[in-house]
Amino acid sequence: MSKTKLHEPSGSKSTTLRVRRPVGSRRPKLAVWKLASCDGCQLSILDCEHELLAIADAVTIAYFPEATRAQVKGPYDISLVEGSITTPHDAEHIHHIRRSSMLLVSIGACATSGGIQALRNFKDVKDYAKIVYASPEFLETLGKSTPISDHVPVDFELRGCPISKTQLVAALTALLHNRRPVVPNYGVCIECKRKGNVCGLITHGPPCLGPVTQAGCGALCPSYNRGCFGCFGPKESVNTASLSDFWLKSDMPKDELVRLYRGFTATAEAFRKESESHEVQNH
Amino acid sequence: MKSRTIKVDPLARVEGEGTLIVRMDGDAIRDVQLKIFEPPRFFEAFLRDRSFMEAPDITARICGICPVAYQMSSIQAMEQALHLTVSDGIKDLRRLMYCGEWIESHALHIYLLHAPDFVDMQDALQLAKQSPEVVRRGLEIKKIGNEIVTIVGGREIHPINARVGGFYRLPTAHELNPLKEKLQWARDASVETIRWVATLPFPSFERNYVFVALRNRKEYPMNDGRIVSTSGLDIAVSEYEQHFTEEHVEHSHALHSVMKDAGPYFVGPLARYNLNFDTLSPLAKDAARNAGLGETCRNPFKSIIVRSVEMLYACEEALRIIEAYHPPHSPFTPVQPAEGTGTGCTEAPRGILYHRYRLDPKGLIADARIVPPTAQNQKTIEEDLRQYVTQHIKEPIGRLTWGCEQAIRNYDPCISCATHFLKLQIQEGGAYGQNKRSPALP
Repeated sequence: MSKTKLHEPSGSKSTTLRVRRPVGSRRPKLAVWKLASCDGCQLSILDCEHELLAIADAVTIAYFPEATRAQVKGPYDISLVEGSITTPHDAEHIHHIRRSSMLLVSIGACATSGGIQALRNFKDVKDYAKIVYASPEFLETLGKSTPISDHVPVDFELRGCPISKTQLVAALTALLHNRRPVVPNYGVCIECKRKGNVCGLITHGPPCLGPVTQAGCGALCPSYNRGCFGCFGPKESVNTASLSDFWLKSDMPKDELVRLYRGFTATAEAFRKESESHEVQNH
Repeated sequence: MKSRTIKVDPLARVEGEGTLIVRMDGDAIRDVQLKIFEPPRFFEAFLRDRSFMEAPDITARICGICPVAYQMSSIQAMEQALHLTVSDGIKDLRRLMYCGEWIESHALHIYLLHAPDFVDMQDALQLAKQSPEVVRRGLEIKKIGNEIVTIVGGREIHPINARVGGFYRLPTAHELNPLKEKLQWARDASVETIRWVATLPFPSFERNYVFVALRNRKEYPMNDGRIVSTSGLDIAVSEYEQHFTEEHVEHSHALHSVMKDAGPYFVGPLARYNLNFDTLSPLAKDAARNAGLGETCRNPFKSIIVRSVEMLYACEEALRIIEAYHPPHSPFTPVQPAEGTGTGCTEAPRGILYHRYRLDPKGLIADARIVPPTAQNQKTIEEDLRQYVTQHIKEPIGRLTWGCEQAIRNYDPCISCATHFLKLQIQEGGAYGQNKRSPALP
């Protein structure tokens, strides 16, 4: 057994990675779980296409209902968890998943920050329910959508809406070889520079969260003439106040600024605090 | 009288989490329930007060399998609300992007989700051990579909390039050209796919369905058309809500879509095929005939053949668009926020996807409504299950269970999408009856 220190998922205590290496012939068991989400991140596994067969050779796919009827009992060596916690059932279920997993890796913006459905966190969920339902008093849903790390210790996080396939394959490969996965913790700006994009902040381009957002997408949106909207969440040591100041001085209305931070990682702490500090009262 | 229960929890090889329960007393079916437990995500609620420009990106997150469909329906609705027209070149690029989604989604379903049922295998990985070349072919076709979406849309899951008015950036011919050779291969591989799936064993099963799909005279429908049905309906998209409604069903948390005049209906590849056979390409028509299909097909188990025919057609269409491609004059038609109401309906891989939005004078969404395909098929799926169980009630429970699962997978149900429309069914004795799991709500 070996121990590897992982970089810390946001909002959770420092965790230690323990990969119990299969001695002898047993292949590590992989499980894939889904909570409140769109299915896109676990689809990324199937989208690995040819690598998919290689992954299937390297592990036993023990639980992955989207791909197979077959189920192998836990415990599992690696659990990938997609989706956020939004119901009492899932708040309980995640403890079961944790107990049956050697390593728990949360994948995607929902699992790592709460996802787009965490927009309810800024409102009274009862008001949301009233918009849609005749009898909202009967809804059994939690008032907030929360990331996995709010509920159980998480060993590693893959950010993104959706996650990057490359990061997924690299992380699985690292874990299977008892190495610490490495994902960049710098900002989208670095990727943008590497691509040779013209900076939108300097050239009066569209609203952009690139300076405060973690890399991983390859500066996708700026490469398509649009601003970053924060799919990978806040990077380490962000200065959101400075970026907001810049946009407000560029005549961006406050409500638009609030919406900019309130996208797919709206409740990641740095973005949440920043959007709340600009929220127009009585809006 | 011996009671038996089929319970499959969770349903495998579908997108999202659902459960099937069938209760039988002797040779009689007591109850069929297709339960959907996806947690509520409240899209219609948080879309309020968001800009019309954000709807394509936000609604894409309803479903990671068919984000292009959500983007296309929402864009169409917004453009109608704002009286915006786009050039033919933009329409072609949208169709190309949709072809990509059809190819990847259909290849996923044909090879990875549906085919294993016909050969009694748990999954495609097991199939890959026996026939690696078959699964590799499926994965390669799927990959080419994803490449189209990536080149036109920026990435395959939740693309970022489509916008109200057109695209943020136009792909260059140089970027699209390498797809030609791949699509020629994918076209031939799709013909092979059709030959292969035609050899699978199909249960004899037919019902007298009402099929609903888009239709237009010039092409097999994706982004454009009137809503038509085999019961004689022929309406503009804006009239959808006058003809379709949703009803509560006793046993389910779900709200089931029905046609006001004709009851349950069927959307998706089989519906499109039955209503639009004449607009398929000559090659697709021939391949369908060679696979033993007529101009109509009422056996949902054969949807795997129809899906393959559509995949072939989508490869041909994508190739045609790329070969004729000259970048449009401008990437998008400029658009200003305004008050208005608009509807959009496009053919997601699983069937028609309807959106309606009302915008305030600042272009913020005041009200949103979305009806995904699986919502519309759910009642039909349950009726199929009743008939299937009735026909096969003598079979051992394991065999019967698997048959029921296969009958559900005929529809390629997307439960992540479906959740979105589901509403609460209050039962006696508690908010959700005795069920401990959370109900599925939008």
